[in-house]
Amino acid sequence: MHFISPVLWQFLVNWLTHFALFPPEASEIAPYTDSLYFFLVLISLVGMTVVVLLVVLFSVMYRKERNPEPTQIEGSTLLEATWTIIPLALFMVTFVWGALLYFRIYNPPTNAMNIYIVGKQWMWKAEHPGGQHEINALHIPVNRAVQLTMISQDVFHSFSIPAFRVKREVIPGRYSTVWFKATQVGTYHLFCTQYCGTLHSQMIGQIVVMTPDDYEKWTNGSTSGASLAQNGERLFTSLGCSSCHSGNADSHGPSLAQAYGSKVQMANGSFATVDDAFLRDSILNPTMHQIAGYSPIMPTYQGQVSEEGLIDLVEYIKNLNSNYRVQQTLTTSTVQSTTPAAPAAGQGMVKQ
Amino acid sequence: MSTATIVKLPPQETASLPRRSYLNSEYGLKSWLLTGDHKRIAILYLISITFFFFIGGAMAGLIRLELLTPQSDLMATDTYNKVFTMHGIIMVFLFLVPSVPATIGNFVIPIMVGAKDLAFPKVNLLSWYLYIVAGIFTISALVLGGVDTGWTFTTPLSTHYLNTHVITAGLGIFIAGFSSIFTGLNFIVTIHRMRAPGMTWFRLPLFVWSNYAASILMVLGTPVLAITLVLVVLERAIGIGVFDPAKGGDPLLFQHLFWFYSHPAVYIMILPGMGVISEVISTFSRKRVFGYTAVAFSSVAIAVFGFFVSNYSALVFSLLTMLVAVPSAIKIFNWAATLYKGSITFETPMLYAFGFMGLFTIGGLTGVFLGSLGMDIHLTETYFIVAHFHFVMVGGMLMAFLSGIHFWWPKMTGRMYPEALSKLAALTTFIGFNLTFFPQFIVGYLGMPRRYAAYPPEFQVLNVLSTAGATVLGIGYLLPMLYLTWSLKYGKIAGSNPWQATGLEWQIQSPPLTENFIETPLVDHEAYDYEWLAHQTEHEVQTVG
Amino acid sequence: MTTSGWHTRRNTRCRPLDSHAIATQPVHDAHEAHAHAPHLRHHFETVEQQREASSFGMWLFLLTEIMFFGGLFTAYLIYRNWYYPAFVVGSHQLSIVLGTINTAVLICSSFTMAMGVYSAEMKRRTALVGWLLATIVLGGIFLGIKADEYHEKWEKHHVPGLNFSVQDFTHPTDAEPALPLDMAQKTQVYFSLYFAMTGMHALHMVIGISILLVLVVKAWGGAYTTGHMTTIENFGLYWHFVDIVWIFLFPLLYLISRHQ
Repeated sequence: MHFISPVLWQFLVNWLTHFALFPPEASEIAPYTDSLYFFLVLISLVGMTVVVLLVVLFSVMYRKERNPEPTQIEGSTLLEATWTIIPLALFMVTFVWGALLYFRIYNPPTNAMNIYIVGKQWMWKAEHPGGQHEINALHIPVNRAVQLTMISQDVFHSFSIPAFRVKREVIPGRYSTVWFKATQVGTYHLFCTQYCGTLHSQMIGQIVVMTPDDYEKWTNGSTSGASLAQNGERLFTSLGCSSCHSGNADSHGPSLAQAYGSKVQMANGSFATVDDAFLRDSILNPTMHQIAGYSPIMPTYQGQVSEEGLIDLVEYIKNLNSNYRVQQTLTTSTVQSTTPAAPAAGQGMVKQ
Repeated sequence: MSTATIVKLPPQETASLPRRSYLNSEYGLKSWLLTGDHKRIAILYLISITFFFFIGGAMAGLIRLELLTPQSDLMATDTYNKVFTMHGIIMVFLFLVPSVPATIGNFVIPIMVGAKDLAFPKVNLLSWYLYIVAGIFTISALVLGGVDTGWTFTTPLSTHYLNTHVITAGLGIFIAGFSSIFTGLNFIVTIHRMRAPGMTWFRLPLFVWSNYAASILMVLGTPVLAITLVLVVLERAIGIGVFDPAKGGDPLLFQHLFWFYSHPAVYIMILPGMGVISEVISTFSRKRVFGYTAVAFSSVAIAVFGFFVSNYSALVFSLLTMLVAVPSAIKIFNWAATLYKGSITFETPMLYAFGFMGLFTIGGLTGVFLGSLGMDIHLTETYFIVAHFHFVMVGGMLMAFLSGIHFWWPKMTGRMYPEALSKLAALTTFIGFNLTFFPQFIVGYLGMPRRYAAYPPEFQVLNVLSTAGATVLGIGYLLPMLYLTWSLKYGKIAGSNPWQATGLEWQIQSPPLTENFIETPLVDHEAYDYEWLAHQTEHEVQTVG
Repeated sequence: MTTSGWHTRRNTRCRPLDSHAIATQPVHDAHEAHAHAPHLRHHFETVEQQREASSFGMWLFLLTEIMFFGGLFTAYLIYRNWYYPAFVVGSHQLSIVLGTINTAVLICSSFTMAMGVYSAEMKRRTALVGWLLATIVLGGIFLGIKADEYHEKWEKHHVPGLNFSVQDFTHPTDAEPALPLDMAQKTQVYFSLYFAMTGMHALHMVIGISILLVLVVKAWGGAYTTGHMTTIENFGLYWHFVDIVWIFLFPLLYLISRHQ
């Protein structure tokens, strides 16, 4: 866009948007997508014109009345080469441009704020880390990179925001992510774009982009009380995770403090990065994620935790900087379960 | 439009249909239902394909009616989902895939190579019966209450989340797949082994090359669809969990297996249509096709690239999509160059061929949009895709089919269709088509998702335009039904070569004898050799009078 | 100019699917005797062409069968790579004895089939019928053993979707290692593939045996010992293909990690 006059660009886009022929450009990436689109429209128009012109021109010039005797022509290697190479070159430019745009859309900046999306037939649930829950809506601040970590509870869905020019499949069984940075305050369409059954066309909602002040007001007013991480902490204890992942030297499971984002060695020798997907899969399929140096005794929690619960746990572990509170919980629960007596030696408890 | 025409009919006062032909060699239902004659089987296919086309078309009409208004108010959303599913299944598997190969290909390919029939006539008949059984299964699914998986049967929706007749529909398509495999197998063996003396590979008409390439795809790709559907049916019927995450399966595996066939399938659908265009453009410009070798190899290239496009990484998908667009572009330019210094007339088949060239170019170019990764993110699963594939399949393939039907109609029936009415139908179709599908590009970029029964009100104007176009398009398709049927009794006698075309099929009587040739032809000239044709005289044509 | 022409022979079984009315054409009256072999179909010019076309057609059909089974093999490779421990334990649930017997049975049946083709070539009618019957019997033995294996799987609750239980894998009663629950669940994929692959193979065997029954009847009538044995040859190709599929299935399904 910087090589086209901004005035011309604005005119084109605004005119098209005004006549409902073009979606608004409401994200940072939208103008990039649109410029590729205009390039493609341009080469298509040129291609069409060439073909139509040739067909019409030749039909007129060589119609039977005007040219009763045809001239048999075998072919021309030069022409074949020309109309092979030129389209190939144009398509390769398209390929490279498209690939570059793709990687830009796919790779979020490191400072993106994370929001979780759970899709199910036939609604979208948005879970903000601060504990705000939304249905079929997503409030975000303008000019801030937002990453969505998404999963489906049932079939394939797809989270689509045309005004931002992004969409991503929402898959059962694994996380998918999409990121964007809204550049324009307003309300935009959210669509499900993967056929998912009866109410597929009703699985729509709104993306509400707000100024930073409005967004702050909204987050303060919409919280349900507990953040996702707090919920996660609760689950971590109630599901018994804290007993093995207590952070003690002799605990059965590895310490999870500051584990998120680190590289760990697996039992089979390979290395893995602890990201959202790794955490979720370790909870559901621990046998496939054995960490080197630990026995494979972690039970699976398949069927015992919902996708929301898994998100809470992932959020909790993400923010776990120390095992302090884990140990505190352990202490309290250990003390409660025995008669008041001296605590067992070697527990490394911290006085409250 | 010029008034010049290339048509040369026998004097109508004295002309009559040949005394004996494949149509009257035997009478009675059994002689048709147990025939081995490739021409009769082609007619059987033509009737049944037309029947299914109109059911699929009715489904399309219902879709466009619903989409007149933003709300889902014409029918329940479940019903709408069943309607578009049935439209897709019927149009893809029961119409587009067999259309040119099983009707025109069956009829014309043996004659074009100089043979008396396809290699395996009984397998050919079996192929038709499998098609009919597939059709019965599909209609049963419709009548019993419908299926609403979308024609793509995506798991886990199709295996675990729907209560409709998925198994019936899946089995129907499984059977249709074998019909297709046997047709392709027959073509490949015939083209390899039954060419007449002198008919070398590079003397074959380009229609044969295109169908050969499509047949290879049919034979290699369709079995994978078959096994995929078997696995879906088993998962629904007895619960084996190859695609079920709860049992360790992966729903994405279904996608890989399904699209292994379904992406080459689009090339199975378009290649035979491209073959028709080669024949028609050559005949009505009285010129050999420009760059015969390039066009022949383009068909094979499209098949090879098309086979590998899906299933790997996004980058491979994008690169191969760009590559497969190149041979298609080569063909378009070669056809345009064929017009250069030709002697052009504008009979109905030629009008449809021009329509093809324009609309397929748009459709193909928008395919490049979709193959461009960053662009595809915004466009995928919107009406842009719907518009793209209707441009290539309806604006391209269906126009080619109609072009071919009109072109070979005199050969198949011995009679001409009425020219003025057919030109009107072609024009109506062209206008109706553009009005129906062009607005869908726009509403797609706006973000309107596909498979939606309801949509935001700001998309309504474009949808109304589309529905209006669909009405015109429907009229355009209805007209040939009427006048082609009329022509069977009242059409002018065509004679053996009304278009003065080259090609072995025009050197025999119309309609042909059961055995096609009285004597095995000896081919000593290239394809599209109009100079050779000029030296042919009438009485050398093989006819029994 | 070549004249292949068509001729008719009175009072024969030579009857193309459509009427052979060219007999009434004056230009062909000159030939009385039937100039071609009785089994030559009329759309072929020569017996050689017919034989080559039939053979080519059968190879092409077998190629489609390879693609058909290929989908299953692809699924197998992917899941075995992901869930190897589950596949090991699942594989050990199959009887290696019965599987080996079945493999031997099928290889023998390929031998008897090849002998049948040889008998047809040597124009030995009773030998041909005998070898074909032997092939049927061996095929039947294979299917019988398979049925027994399926029955045993049913008894042990190893049929996914119908009566599957992971009990045997989480608390094994034999020498197998216990699998954690999540990996034990994955054995269902192994058994799904087991039933799909061997079931599809068995279906092909059933079809093959049905065709063999027809061939036996026709061979008894002498149809394939008069010099036209293309049908037997081509069916032999099919039978050998079904055998080869089993030879891939056997190690993949039965022999995972059996080297202790």
